[in-house]
Amino acid sequence: MPSSLWIQKARVIDPAAKRDAVGDVFIKDGVFVASLSAADKKRAKKIDGRGLVACPGLVDIHVHFREPGQTHKETIESGSRAGAAGGFTTVVCMPNTAPVADTAGTIQLIKDSIARTACIKVLPTGCITVGMKGEALAPIGSLKRAGVVAITDDGDCVQSNELMRRALEYARMFDLPVMDHCQDHSMTQGAVMNEGAMSTRLGLRGWPHAAEDLIVSRNVILSTYTGAHVHLQHISSRNSIEIIRRAKSRGIRVTAEATPHHIALTEGSLATYDTNFKMNPPLRTEEDRMAIIDGLRDGTLDILATDHAPHTDYEKDKEFDFAPNGILGLETALPVCLDILVRRSRFKLATVIDLMTRKPANLMKLNAGTLAAGAPADLCLFDPAEIWTYDAKAGFSKSSNSPWHGQKLTGRVKTTVVDGRVVFDRGRIVGR
Amino acid sequence: MPWTRRHLITLEELSVEEIDQIHATATAFKKILGRTVKKVPALRGKTIVNLFLEPSTRTRMAFDMAAKRLSADVISLDGSSSSTTKGETLRDTAQNIEALQADMIVIRHAAAGSPLYLSKILGIPVINAGDGAHEHPTQGLLDTFTMRERLGSLKGRKVVILGDILFSRVARSNIHALNKLGANVTIVGPSTLVPAWFTTLGVSVSHDLRSALEDAEVVMLLRIQHERQTAGMFPSLGEYTSLFGLNKTRASWLHPKAIIMHPGPINRGVEIDSELADGEHSVILEQVTNGIAVRMAVLYLCSGGQPEAVVTSD
Repeated sequence: MPSSLWIQKARVIDPAAKRDAVGDVFIKDGVFVASLSAADKKRAKKIDGRGLVACPGLVDIHVHFREPGQTHKETIESGSRAGAAGGFTTVVCMPNTAPVADTAGTIQLIKDSIARTACIKVLPTGCITVGMKGEALAPIGSLKRAGVVAITDDGDCVQSNELMRRALEYARMFDLPVMDHCQDHSMTQGAVMNEGAMSTRLGLRGWPHAAEDLIVSRNVILSTYTGAHVHLQHISSRNSIEIIRRAKSRGIRVTAEATPHHIALTEGSLATYDTNFKMNPPLRTEEDRMAIIDGLRDGTLDILATDHAPHTDYEKDKEFDFAPNGILGLETALPVCLDILVRRSRFKLATVIDLMTRKPANLMKLNAGTLAAGAPADLCLFDPAEIWTYDAKAGFSKSSNSPWHGQKLTGRVKTTVVDGRVVFDRGRIVGR
Repeated sequence: MPWTRRHLITLEELSVEEIDQIHATATAFKKILGRTVKKVPALRGKTIVNLFLEPSTRTRMAFDMAAKRLSADVISLDGSSSSTTKGETLRDTAQNIEALQADMIVIRHAAAGSPLYLSKILGIPVINAGDGAHEHPTQGLLDTFTMRERLGSLKGRKVVILGDILFSRVARSNIHALNKLGANVTIVGPSTLVPAWFTTLGVSVSHDLRSALEDAEVVMLLRIQHERQTAGMFPSLGEYTSLFGLNKTRASWLHPKAIIMHPGPINRGVEIDSELADGEHSVILEQVTNGIAVRMAVLYLCSGGQPEAVVTSD
């Protein structure tokens, strides 16, 4: 296999270098280089980039790969393949596995599997609290030493303000970001969708946006008090965005993410009780959806992240109340974001790519998200105009719980390169 | 228009004409209930399964009775006797019932949307006998049937629904039916149980009992569940009764010919004074009887029967 890659005549977008022009990308020995020698050029594998966009490999800091313990839904192998097919070269896994990732031993188990089976870069997170129970701090120092890139209790938002304060203070010692899924559980008992006109009509228990707003506010206050960085996961509420906007204007160290589904869909999709639209936080109103897009536009929301959450058919195929939360994201994120943000909301293509590459990489202090010479050669090559029908059952994830199943999408990933190796090419996983 | 609907899932989706047809057919069936031999062979040879995965007495008995009056064979399953307690999914339970050659499923389930879900899976008709806080269409049909028997046309009539609206499928089904039939609906009760969101369903929301009851021709009471109190929805049953319980004084604010309704089971002394429940304005037991006729009509029509001609179409 040639150690050099030469992507020719693509539209090259590298937000870090403010580059957006037709040109070539050169890769040698796993890193980007400014050019190749004549001899290298002769030997290099050449990829015709005409009509395609070449950008840094996409970075997703919020995925669920279900390993260990829930490998009927997804594995690190299948999840990383789904990521590669979606143009992602780096993903960050949530720790709500079985057992939860709250010890160095479990992190080591995850890292061993990553080394053996992942075709893209998969990075683990650890829990904030033991057992994700919100009662006592997990061994955060050991987790850091074992290799976690952040800590989070993910779906089990730490309810105790005191414990969260201590977690922030403690994590700050290791410069570990703390990611929080903002949900006041006392207000969301039994809740399965946004509280409002639609939940009233459908007779489903409502999850008021106030329950998100409260914890967002709590985190802003605790970040102010401790000086620690809090990353607010998948923001869904208009009010929360306003709270974050004010906090940022005061220089408080909070960052926040938005998901493709919250910018694309609303609670209106729930009229038929289709569980592929059930997720947490829930889809909200059109006003919320527009506020999230505006938040991405003005930087209040820093990045896009998918919350890729696989569940099997037989788990999702249930009464709405009983189906688990979550949908797939990795294989549809790019076309969905291109449609909603570029086509419908007039974002520059480079801005959307920035939200999916450089910005999430910087937020997590990862050496990724750029085509700069010397950087790891992680790259995504996609056709922004190709129209294709997404068949979730034919995808690379082990599960198929996607609201976009059977839909026509515009924009398709052609080739994914990790450390200079082609791992995905024209519909097939070709390397590791 | 011929009847084409095979499932009855919501009243929200029914047309006025379909409601009229069900009511006209129920009127015909109600006459049978007064005969010495209370039985017709309309559904002879058909098997109806009542799949009641949430406790119910009245609705289940009425569906049972209705099916038997139509000469159908009836099998009733409840949550504790079905395989759902062994972890079987609703899909599997229902598909087994279909494979046992049942001709129709009547389902009561605590999860909203379950009847719709089943109707998409099964090839046999599915009748919603109450799904969570969503709808209870046969209750809405029997309630409006009872109102029309007593009042005639419901156009412009003031109807008040009083009590725990938030969690009530009865309220939702009645709201949809009454709106279609032209009534003016006001819902009233504590602000925690009667949230303003309901205005989006086309009703007035009130927390002032007097103005709500004044000149109302129908007041429908909903049972106040004790569990709501522990969930912090209101302070105590005593306070509820003192603010919103229907007593003689408050009943005097109603239209002189008003009827008092309740889907049951009633809590005497909580949402309604015992005397009123048994009084001349009460139609609570008529509702129960009409529940058989209306359900006979629904079972018959959704099995492929054709409706009686509609006499008055408002």
